[in-house]
This record gives sequence, structure tokens and C-alpha cells, in this order.
Amino acid sequence: MPADVDALVLSNDRLSEAYNVVGLAAPSIAAAAQPGQFVMVREDRPGAPLLRRPFSIFEILRDDQGRPTGISLLNKRVGVVTGALYAREPGGRLQCLGPLGRPFSVGTPPAEAWMVAGGVGLAPFATLAEALREQRTPATLYYGGRSASDLFHVDWFERRDIRVVLATEDGSRGEAGLITGPLERHLALLPAAAPLMIHACGPTGMMRAVAQLAQASGRATEVSLEPVMGCGLGGCYSCVVPVRSGPATPSQLVRSCLQGPVFPGHQVAWNELAPAV
Amino acid sequence: MSSINLTVNLGQLQLKNPLVAASGCFGYGTEYSDVVDLSTLGAIAVKGLFLQERPGHVPPRIVETPSGMLNAIGLQGIGVRRFIDERLPALRKHRAVVIVNICGTTVDEYAELARILSDAPGVAALELNISCPNIKEGGITFGCDLRGAHDVVSAVRRATSLPVIPKLTPNVTDVASFARAAEEAGADAVSLVNTFLAMAIDVETRRPRLSNVFGGLSGPAIRPIAVRMVYECRQAVRIPIMGMGGIMTAEDVVEFLVAGADAVQVGTANFVDPFVWPKLLDGLTGYLERHGHGAVRDIVGTVAVPGAAQRISS
Repeated sequence: MPADVDALVLSNDRLSEAYNVVGLAAPSIAAAAQPGQFVMVREDRPGAPLLRRPFSIFEILRDDQGRPTGISLLNKRVGVVTGALYAREPGGRLQCLGPLGRPFSVGTPPAEAWMVAGGVGLAPFATLAEALREQRTPATLYYGGRSASDLFHVDWFERRDIRVVLATEDGSRGEAGLITGPLERHLALLPAAAPLMIHACGPTGMMRAVAQLAQASGRATEVSLEPVMGCGLGGCYSCVVPVRSGPATPSQLVRSCLQGPVFPGHQVAWNELAPAV
Repeated sequence: MSSINLTVNLGQLQLKNPLVAASGCFGYGTEYSDVVDLSTLGAIAVKGLFLQERPGHVPPRIVETPSGMLNAIGLQGIGVRRFIDERLPALRKHRAVVIVNICGTTVDEYAELARILSDAPGVAALELNISCPNIKEGGITFGCDLRGAHDVVSAVRRATSLPVIPKLTPNVTDVASFARAAEEAGADAVSLVNTFLAMAIDVETRRPRLSNVFGGLSGPAIRPIAVRMVYECRQAVRIPIMGMGGIMTAEDVVEFLVAGADAVQVGTANFVDPFVWPKLLDGLTGYLERHGHGAVRDIVGTVAVPGAAQRISS
């Protein structure tokens, strides 16, 4: 059951001119959150945008005893709401409804888990990485961006025994090119019998490419879609995405707040996904 | 426990309080059962239903605008049969008072929906969607034509003994004349207003922000217009009115009641704050106590407008 928390802003780490991480005091959300879930956020002040906006839960914040005390959000400044979130100072408050949505599945050994992140699509993978580590599931993060200045928290994942593979379009860090390059090569090298789940979050084109690469090599994927969302609770029917229950069946528009945001990659009708998604 | 009488009557339908979830803004009600005690609402107007399932429009379906939002969902829905089989039992279990919003492309379809729902246990009333701005066929084509509105209401009236509540569109010159047409055709009450037909453009791409090009504007931006329309309809008809349009707070609820609404519907506010319901009810109760009223109905239509009598008769 989701809670609406009037959350104190604990911290705002500005990672670059565009990216920041906002820490929020929200113990009930932190305690209930599962990997890949999201919160609906709004500022409660005159003149603030009316509707909440969805954000993946990035980290679970904990106290010295390891008890969950809050969550953080990885934010990229692109519009009015993300701009306000970038500017938010500690001591302010944000209304935070969650946790919401269908989470990632967390594989167990001997299966491996590969996480494929593009840009701000890194957001849902911190919680997944911790859950995989608890299960001792071998995990790899494939993480791509335009340039080195778009990549963050690499050491955070490495400290949690996640193997990290990086790619940048300008070659300033990791391999030059798209992250699907190394992903495709590594898929080809993996023995067919080795069980694997691939999780992806990022630009639609990247997720689609990952889903298609995986399908071609008979691998299962989960993708975290990020459509425009109105309420997060299934009330407004605005966040629908086209999915198919079988390869030959026509697609249906389903609510990503309830049936997603995590979907099996092969079920998404990528050709019909709106460009804005 | 407050001694305030919160009950309101919509014709033969008595509600325990005047707060009703607006159709299209609360799913089928069951989506909210985790966060709202559905039995505490006056009623739930469920998402509009056709005879058949409908896929709705392709996204993007909503866009935020100043103090409001546009939507063009396109009445995606599971159809009346699946609603009765899959949703109604859960709504009954939660002791929700269910107003089913129905939409057809012909008068006969409305009547058929009314007949089907009359036989379904747990339906308290029918709200006739003759006002959705987002679909080409049906709906608003009846709501923008006095004859059409009259025909739909009387056909449904003949088909059911359930309370019949047409939901009126504000996208007409004189909404009060539509309230009168509904009353003459045998409506038990009217609800108003649906959303305002609107458009938003991304100036960088010079493309509409909604796939459907047009959408319906809701939220606080429309509230003063909706209040005016409720006031006008109150002067025009004797049947009860469910007023709506951008209600976010208890003060907004009171404003609609004072303007002449017997009950109110709350839509967009659900998206902003799904926990809004107890706040609205507490605020309304507090207002009535503060002003020495023992019942909600004591404040309905009590707005004091200087010279109002002349203006109405002119």
C-alpha cells in the first residue's frame, strides 16, 4: 500500500550542470520499496506544477543500524519539474507518493543479471544491484552516455561487487560508441546454457535494441518504461503503453503504473510506442 | 462524532455525503481501494463505459497546462459486461455506492446499456456521458444538441428505473437550456461540467501536445466557469445538480454547494492527492459547524446575489 509522505529534503548532490541526486526522508517508502519501483513527486507550494511526476527510486538511505530512513532520486534537469528538483535545497519538502509499480524480478544464482543503463536510466539499478548482491547473484552493469560527464556512481556499483562496463558516444570514457556494442559481444560469448536475465532502462531506442539483441540470442529481458504519467495509481489511463501477450496477438494499451513500469522486453510493441516515451 | 447531517438526495438516490468521485478520474474505483476507504465516499462515478471494449487514443494522452491539465484518453474501457463481471463485485465488497457512467454512439446503445445495468446488482444510478469532448462519435454530439440530449435522456428514462443523471458539457452557448431539456426528459439530476475542449501546442516542434490534437481541460483553471454554470443551472431547473470543475479543497466544495449544487464531483484532485477525500469531508464539516449549519442541504444555493431575481427573469 503506497503512502504519501511530506518528505524533508535531506541533501542535494549536484553531480554536474544537469544531474543531481536528492535525498528525501521517507522511512515508510524506503522500507517498502522494491527494485525498479517509483514514486510520484510534487512540490506543495503556490505556483508549482499541479500534477505529480514519476521518478524511479534511486538509493535506499539507511541509518547506522541499517534501518531504512529515506530514498534518493537521480534527476536530470530537462523541464520545469526536473529544473525545480535540481534547484531544491535541503530543508525544503517534497510530497512523495509511493512505492508504486511492478518491480524488477531479482534473479538468484546460478543465473546472472545484466543491467543495461542509458543516461538517467541508471536510476532504478541501484536498488536492483543491492537486491542482487543480497542474493549473491553475479551482476554486471552496462552503462552508456554521450560522454564521461554523463556517467555517475560507477564506483558505487563497483563497491557492491557489480562488474561495470562503460561506453560513451564520444569515447571519453569506456568503449567508444553505444553500450549495445559490448552487450552484443558479451551475449555472443556467453554459453547458451548459462541462465541470464537482462534488465534495461534508458532511451527508448536503447531499450528496444537491448530487447531485440536479447531475443535474438534467446535471452529474457525486463525493460523499465518511462511514459508520461498522470496519477501513478491507475486512475487516469494516461501512461498506457502497447504490449502483446503473444508474438501473434494484437497489442493492447495497458497502464504502465500498474502493469509496469517494468515489462518483459519481448511483450512491448516497440513499433507502436509513442516517440515521447 | 459530528452531529452534522451530511446526507444529500439526488432524486430517489440518497448519498451519505455530497462527495462523489468524478468519472474518468478514479478508474473503476477498485484501483483506489488501497488508498481510499471507498465506503466513505458519497458515491463513485466509474470510468465511462460503452457496450464494447475500447482501446482509447494513442499517447500522449495528457499534458499539464497552467492550473490544469488536458486529457484525451478516448474512453479506453473494458465494456459493460466485463465491468459487471470483473469490477462490480469488488466495488460491492468495498460497500461503494456506484454510479455507472455510460456512453453510446446511438440512442439505442444508451438504452441498451441502461437495461443491462438495471439488472446488475450494486448499481445505484446511471450517469449519461453526453459530454466527452474526445471522441468523434456519440457522447458530445448528443450533449451539444438540445433535441439529442432530450432523446437520449428520455430513451434511458424509459429503459430503467435507476436514477438517470446526464452529465452536461460546458462546450455550448447556454448550458442551462441543456439542464432544462434533461429535466423535461425525465432526468433525476444533472451533473456538470465535463471538460472544456482545448488545445496545447509544443512551439519548438509546432505540433499538438496530444495525439488527439484536442483534449478536455480540467483542474482549478476551469473552476470559476464551472461555478458560474452551476449557478445558472440552479436558476433554470428544480432537479438536483452535481457540480464539478477543479475542486481541490473543502472551500471549493462549499463554493459549488453555495452556487446551487446538491452534491459535487472531484476529479483532477485525485491525481494530485489520492488522500484528498477525508480532508474534503473534514473541511466541509468544519465549515458547516463554523457557520452554525446542521446539514449540508442548508447551504445549497445560498449564494446572495444582489438583484438576482431581476437578472433571472430578464
